[in-house]
Order: sequence, then C-alpha cells, then structure tokens
Amino acid sequence: MKKLVLKRLLQLIPMLIGMSFVSFIIIQSSPGDYFAQMKMNPEISPETIESMKVNFGLDRPILVQYLLWLKNMCKLDFGVSFAYHIPVRTLIKFRLKNTICLAIFSLVISWVIALPLAVFAGYREGTFIDKIFSMLAYLSISLPSFFVALLFVYFISKTNLLPLGGTRSIFEVDASSFALFKDYMEHLLVPGLVLCLVNVGGLFRLMKNNFIETFNTPYVLAAWARGVPRNSVIFKHALRNALNPMFTILGMEIGGILNGAALTEIICGWPGMGSLILEAVLSHDLYLVMGSLVISGFLLIVGNLIGDILIAFFDPRIRIS
Amino acid sequence: MRRLLQRLKNHSRPAYFSLWFLLVFYFVSFFADILAPYHFDQQFRNKPYHPPTKIHFFDSGGNFHIRPFVYNTVIDDPVFKTYKQDYSKIYPLKFFVSGKERRIFFFFKTKRYLFGVDQPAGIFLFGTDNYGRDIFSRLLYGGRISLSISLIGVFISFSLGMITGGIAGYFGGIIDQILMRLVEILMVFPSFYLMLSLRAMFPLNLSSIQVYLLIVMILSLIGWAGLARIIRGMVLSIKEEDYVLAARSLGLPHWKILLFHIFPNTFSYSITAITISVPGYIIGEAALSLLGLGIQEPYPSWGNILSSTIGNLRVLGDAPWLLLAGIFIFVVLINFNLLGDALRNVLDPKNW
Repeated sequence: MKKLVLKRLLQLIPMLIGMSFVSFIIIQSSPGDYFAQMKMNPEISPETIESMKVNFGLDRPILVQYLLWLKNMCKLDFGVSFAYHIPVRTLIKFRLKNTICLAIFSLVISWVIALPLAVFAGYREGTFIDKIFSMLAYLSISLPSFFVALLFVYFISKTNLLPLGGTRSIFEVDASSFALFKDYMEHLLVPGLVLCLVNVGGLFRLMKNNFIETFNTPYVLAAWARGVPRNSVIFKHALRNALNPMFTILGMEIGGILNGAALTEIICGWPGMGSLILEAVLSHDLYLVMGSLVISGFLLIVGNLIGDILIAFFDPRIRIS
Repeated sequence: MRRLLQRLKNHSRPAYFSLWFLLVFYFVSFFADILAPYHFDQQFRNKPYHPPTKIHFFDSGGNFHIRPFVYNTVIDDPVFKTYKQDYSKIYPLKFFVSGKERRIFFFFKTKRYLFGVDQPAGIFLFGTDNYGRDIFSRLLYGGRISLSISLIGVFISFSLGMITGGIAGYFGGIIDQILMRLVEILMVFPSFYLMLSLRAMFPLNLSSIQVYLLIVMILSLIGWAGLARIIRGMVLSIKEEDYVLAARSLGLPHWKILLFHIFPNTFSYSITAITISVPGYIIGEAALSLLGLGIQEPYPSWGNILSSTIGNLRVLGDAPWLLLAGIFIFVVLINFNLLGDALRNVLDPKNW
C-alpha cells in the first residue's frame, strides 16, 4: 500500500513538469510583449516591475524564464496580477477555497442522491420505476450546466428564495460564526444544486451498471442459493463490490466537476476559479491565467491520485498486485 | 449502412427517431435562408424584447379566419417593454413571401422565404432581443454555426486522434512513449480551463471568420487526446491479428497496413465515439460564445443568443424567451446521447 502510493507520487513529478511546461508555452505564445506592456501601464509601480524582472527573469531567454518560473512556483509564488495589483497567490487562494467548497458540496449531494437510487433501480431492473429513473438520468446528462444555471437564476430572480451572487450578504463585524456559515451555505446552494443536477444522471447510470454487473455474478447467485437474506445479498455481497469502480470515478469526477463548475460559477456569480480565469482572459492578465491553469491541472491530478489511492485501499486485488 | 439502420431501428425506436430528428435539424439550419422569416441581423428598432407574437384565428369581432393572422403591436410601456395589440387591421400569415434577396451559402440566391407577414407587423415566433431581431430566425441561423462547428471540430480531432493513436500503437517504442506522454499532459488540464487559456493566446477582437476557425481549432485540439489514447489501445490489439501479420509478410508498406487493414477495424468504435463526442463540441462552442469569447455579434450562435442574459437579471426577467436557445442545445444533445447509446449497443460485437 505504502509502496503503491509512493510510486504514484513519483509518477506525478514528470506529469507536473510537463503540465507546467505546456502552461508556460501556451502563455508565452500569446501575442505582444507583455513585459513592455507592463512598463507602459502607469498603474503598475516600477518596484513591482523591477521585482518581477528579477524574480522571473523577464529579459532572459525563454528556457531560463521557464526554470525561474518553475522555481517560484514551487515556492507558491505565481507572480503579480496585472489587473488586481496583488500577488496571484492571494487571489487564487481565496477563489480556490470557494471552488473546492462548491465541488465538495455538489459531489456529496449528488453521490448521496445517485447511489441509493441506482441500487434501488438496479435491483428492479426493467421495471417501470427503473425506466422512469433512467429517463430522468438521460435528461440530466443532456442538460448543459450553463442552461440549468440560467434557469435557476431566472427562477430565483422571480421568487427571491435564495441570495444570488457572491459568498455572503452579512457584513456586520459582530456576526456569529454560525450566522456566517449559514449565510455562506445559502449562497452555495444555487450553484451547488445546479452542479448536482447536471452530475447526478451520469453517476446514477454508472452506479446502476456496476450494480447490475455484480448482481449477475456467480458469487451473488451462490449467496442467494445459500439462503442469505435479501438485504445482506444486496448490501454486503453486491453493493460493496459494485462500489469499487466508483472510487476511480470519484477521482475523475473532481476534474469533471471543475469544468461544469466553471460555467456555473460564472453564471451564478460564485467567486471561484472559473470566474477568475475568465476575468483573467478577458483582461489579458497573463500571470493570473497561467496560475489558474496550473492550479486547475494540479487539482485534476490530485483528484486522480485520490481516486487511485482510494481504490487501492478498498480493493485488495489492486493493493496486492 | 442500410443494415445498420435496420438494426438500429429494431434495437431502439427512440434512437432511430433521434437520428431522423437530428437529420431534420441539420437540414433546417442548412436552409435557414429559406425557412427563417427574417434575416439574422434585420432589426425592428421599435420592437425590442417583443414577446412571442400571438397568432390568431378569430378576430376581435369573433369572426373565424381560415388563414391565421397577427395584429401589429405598439409599445405600451417603453421602460418595461410591454406591448399592446392594435386591433384595427389584421395581417394574414403568408407563405412563400418574397423579400430581400438572400444567398444560400454563396451559391444560390433566394427571394422567397417560407412564411412571413406584411410590414409593419412582425411575426416573432420566439420573440425578439434587445435590437428587435427575431429570435426564431437567429436560432435557425445560429444552428448553422453551432452545428457546423461541432461537425468540423469532430472531424478534425478525429483525424488527429486516428493518426496519432494509429502511429503510436502501430510503431510502439519511443514514438509511442513520446506521443502518449503528450496526450497525457493535454488530458491533465480540465478542458474548460485549457479552452480559455488557449483562447487567451489570441487577441480578443478577431473577424468573425477568424473566430470561427479559432473555435474549431481550440475544440479539436482539446478533443483529440482522449480519442488518440483509445485508438492506440485498439491498434495495439489489432496489430497482433493474423491478417495484419499476413499483410506485413506480403511486404505492404506501413501506411497501407494502417489505412486498409487496421483502421477499418476501428470504425464501429469510431462511429459511436463520434456520435457521443459531438455534444461536447456543441457545449464548448456555446460556452465560448456565451462568455463573449466566441462568435461575435451580429452573427448568431446558440451560445451568444444566451449571452445577453448572463449577469443581467433584468434582461432575463424581461425576455425569458432568450432561454429557448438553451432548449435548442438541450434537445440536440439529448438526441445525440440517445443515438450514441443505441449505436454503442448495436455496434458492439458482444450483442450480435
């Protein structure tokens, strides 16, 4: 187990280097000399330019620039945002927290909804209820996240049920931490539900197929034949084995959810990574784009790693081999 | 091909229906010039955010007309954009009306459209936007852009994926290693972030044809990696087959073996994969245009029709019919998904 995790961690290194190199190349090939642009911009102080010049070697060859940038990145220094005039790290830290909260919230909700329903429908495969659920899952898969987000925003703007945009509407200094938490969750609810609605269908289908597959295996049949009670067959024999592939899915979902979350964040006005990179692209804020891109890739890699470790933890076949 | 259709029909009626539905949809957007009552940038400046026009059969006197008709509308409240109907004159719906000349794909000219009403009344089946442009017409024209981008994008990324996957799988060794590492690195990025970063490589204000090509390029650059990996896996197993060994021992050049002996055996997978991946391209185009980074005004696409509603609750509340673009996307996606699923089952050798 330890060996496997260590091996996966070592495999990460070339991946991270490759990823950062691609991000660097993409940003470098964008048009215009942004160093010159920075000098022209009266809003950026000469000291900032000077420190970035030293830190990032902006007047040195590309390869040196890349290595310097990599070195700075290891120290979590992503440079300074041109548009906000604060370090990219500060911006990303704030936005990343929101995006991760959103992702975890919608992941938890959609798993809690999808898994029981999938087992329920899988056990009654081919019945009317199963067909209804499958149809709903189809609708959910085909719904584009931005469209659902727009519908939610429309609905909420008509009813004013929940707050829209931002993360808080309480600004009193002496507000209790519970009130602040409640406020945050209320703001999280709209984008969270949108994402959940878009994801739940795919999860349901995957889980249902897994469940049906394990439900038709010989050992489940053997359990039936030995007269094991129904609940025990479903939950102990079939469900536990059907869950294994889902851990890989969990890892991959983290990346998938970043994609869906980005558009949802932008439309619902949730200040996360998605809206950050959009603002950065629109204002041509190159270091911010680069930082967001690297962090998003990093999140995806970490997601896959978590999935791999979880499946190794729960599935002895993989742990041993 | 006919056998495939028959099998699809036997396997799943809804999927067969989806196929025809999609064909009709493509047909309609291809001939938008004839079918749309207005040109996509024709503006009715006195009718912004006009709700969908009511089509009547009974006039205000209660008399029945066999030919449906509309009333002209005048703006009632210029602030809240409410309209009232002017009952003094009826404007019957006319078919094959003639109007300003339009060109169908630069080749044919047409002066007649499927339907329309006389000015100053307007027939806005799905309402109008802030410039008073007919949303129904813009949706038809927009479908042409959105659907063609997805088809061209799929085609390019498929060719790329086939070539790289085929080469990597067939030759193996160091070429395989290099290509697959490249693919893996591309797949590390969440596609939305990669899409936006690639867009950041280019200036924001490009001409419409440049933007069109750029979107196609970005989408296919993102899409090919996953395909290449799967094709490589298939080629790896196919190249061990006896007939490939036979072809090789006959001294056929590598490209011929790849093209005539290996690729045809990946086709059944490819057809499914194409069908399943089209929705991703439609969403990608819509997302870029929605954020103002894609197709620019006055050209319509399903994404940029929606874009005026973003972050603007007023517009969304005043003109919810703009959301119909989302329904168009949704309907096309669900049909592609249905068709793709059925194709996967039909083409799977396990089910023969």
